[in-house]
Amino acid sequence: MHSDRASLKLKIAAAAGLLFLHLPIALIFVYAFTTEEKSFQWPPPGYTLKWFAATWNRPDVWEAMALSLKVAAISTLLAMILGTLCAAAVSRTKFFGRESISLLVILPIALPGVVTGIALRSAFSIAEVPFSTWTIVLGHATFCVVIVYNNAVARFRRTSGSLIEASMDLGANLFQTLRHVILPNIATALVVGGMLAFALSFDEVIVTTFTAGQQQTLPIWMLEELVRPRERPVTNVVAMVVVLVTLLPILGAYYLTRGTEAVAGQGK
Amino acid sequence: MPAVSFDHVSRHFGAVKAVDDVILDIAEGEFFAMLGPSGSGKTTCLRLIAGFERPTGGDIRIFGAPVADLPPYKRQVNTVFQDYALFPHLNVRDNVAYGLMIAGRGKRERHAEAEAALEMVRLGGYGSRKPSELSGGQRQRVALARALVNKPRVLLLDEPLGALDLKLREQMQEELKTLQRQLGITFVFVTHDQGEALSMADRVAVFNDGKIIQVGSPEDIYFRPEVPFVADFVGSSNVLPEALVARLTGETCPAAIRPERLRLAPEGPLKARVTGLSFLGLSTRVSFDAEGTRLTALLPQDVARPREGDEVALTWAPEDLHLMRASERAGQQVGQRVGA
Repeated sequence: MHSDRASLKLKIAAAAGLLFLHLPIALIFVYAFTTEEKSFQWPPPGYTLKWFAATWNRPDVWEAMALSLKVAAISTLLAMILGTLCAAAVSRTKFFGRESISLLVILPIALPGVVTGIALRSAFSIAEVPFSTWTIVLGHATFCVVIVYNNAVARFRRTSGSLIEASMDLGANLFQTLRHVILPNIATALVVGGMLAFALSFDEVIVTTFTAGQQQTLPIWMLEELVRPRERPVTNVVAMVVVLVTLLPILGAYYLTRGTEAVAGQGK
Repeated sequence: MPAVSFDHVSRHFGAVKAVDDVILDIAEGEFFAMLGPSGSGKTTCLRLIAGFERPTGGDIRIFGAPVADLPPYKRQVNTVFQDYALFPHLNVRDNVAYGLMIAGRGKRERHAEAEAALEMVRLGGYGSRKPSELSGGQRQRVALARALVNKPRVLLLDEPLGALDLKLREQMQEELKTLQRQLGITFVFVTHDQGEALSMADRVAVFNDGKIIQVGSPEDIYFRPEVPFVADFVGSSNVLPEALVARLTGETCPAAIRPERLRLAPEGPLKARVTGLSFLGLSTRVSFDAEGTRLTALLPQDVARPREGDEVALTWAPEDLHLMRASERAGQQVGQRVGA
């Protein structure tokens, strides 16, 4: 029989695992409060809140933050439209090449970001598209679509096809069926997909380096900042913000997908 | 005027003739069963009436009006789906009220009507539950209430009892029949269960390979099958081949005889060897090999049972041997317009 209490060894192992995963992140947080600004010295010689004020007054931080939010928002929106339509087509109808399409849609997330980045960069230069916010958005959309698609396709598969027929049988036309039956049934999947896509886009570095021109998203700004030994703790403050901005949607997605079995899997 | 009429209706999927040149009239207020093995076209016929499929040939009318160009949401028919298709995101009351909501009825009115429909299927007070909290039989009733609340002129039921266990199924058969009598709505019921079709329906259409093989009352179908397929599919009648019938009666067609009408006798027209016995409770089922034809008899328990391997003689009353003269037309349309 299993004992209810874990053995001491097991507890130590679990603690070690958690520390290994999270101690570095905790260090980043601690250094945001250090009084020493040129090198990361341990233990910090003193603690201060002045870097929060310093960050607040840095226009470059605000610019990078605004760009990141804008890019993440637009790519998420784009991905939600394209990903959902694609998922609907793949799971609701049968056509020639359907299997290949579902593989091709998932491929971008399997490819290393460097490959996607280089491919997009050369494609943009062949097509003579100047680098701008929109090239970053396109780059991010490639993997955001996959996230939304995966969530939506799983939900469509679990939703019985006869629900749509039942709705039409009860007098609803296509638009009413979309509004009263299809959207409510896939809503949580869409929101979850959107949140994960947003979080992915917000901290993306590799594809962004290849598709951004002179503009800096927040992660790119942080990379640049690490090289310069001035006001280093500002980077740590920004890092805290990034962690929060990406963690919240992921937590939200986690709570929303809990217990959705009861929502979607009825028909069969 | 028939409630539903099929005039040479076909639905072909490429080379597959799911429904092939069906002629059929279903009368108003009738409980009509479409019976057949899977893939025989009965469900496609139902979907043609509902509007989920369009015929590739022929003409379907509902109460005299051609419906070829009407989408499902413009037809005065409602369907009870095989998997019930209850909306998982709505509670029971909103599921039942869905059709009324789409029709633009006010919230209070439609909730009252939904509650009344739930009372009718003995689910009063279940309105605020989610479909996932109900048992299979209860979901089935909700699906029924959701269709009936719209006061359809024809109710279509696609194997609605298939997912229920035997006891519940028998109970629902009774309830459906009572409900249909009360409401007077035309019910069109698809099933592959011959017992279900015979016990519930006013008339039965037997389907095979996309065609209607025979239409008639349950008694017709059971006692007077027109072709061997019907005799065999509906309650496993014994089919005597043409040669045997020719020797026994001089007629040149196959014949059917119900297992319960075969009797053992010291002398009889047909010699047979007993190949198996099984005890069924009310009766004993005995299998025979009669000159190369497999036959089954149901013997009452008060009759002396033969033993396996015994050579016996079989006899029957002349009127119990049903000659299937229509079988030279087997495979053709024999369900002519009747009754409607």
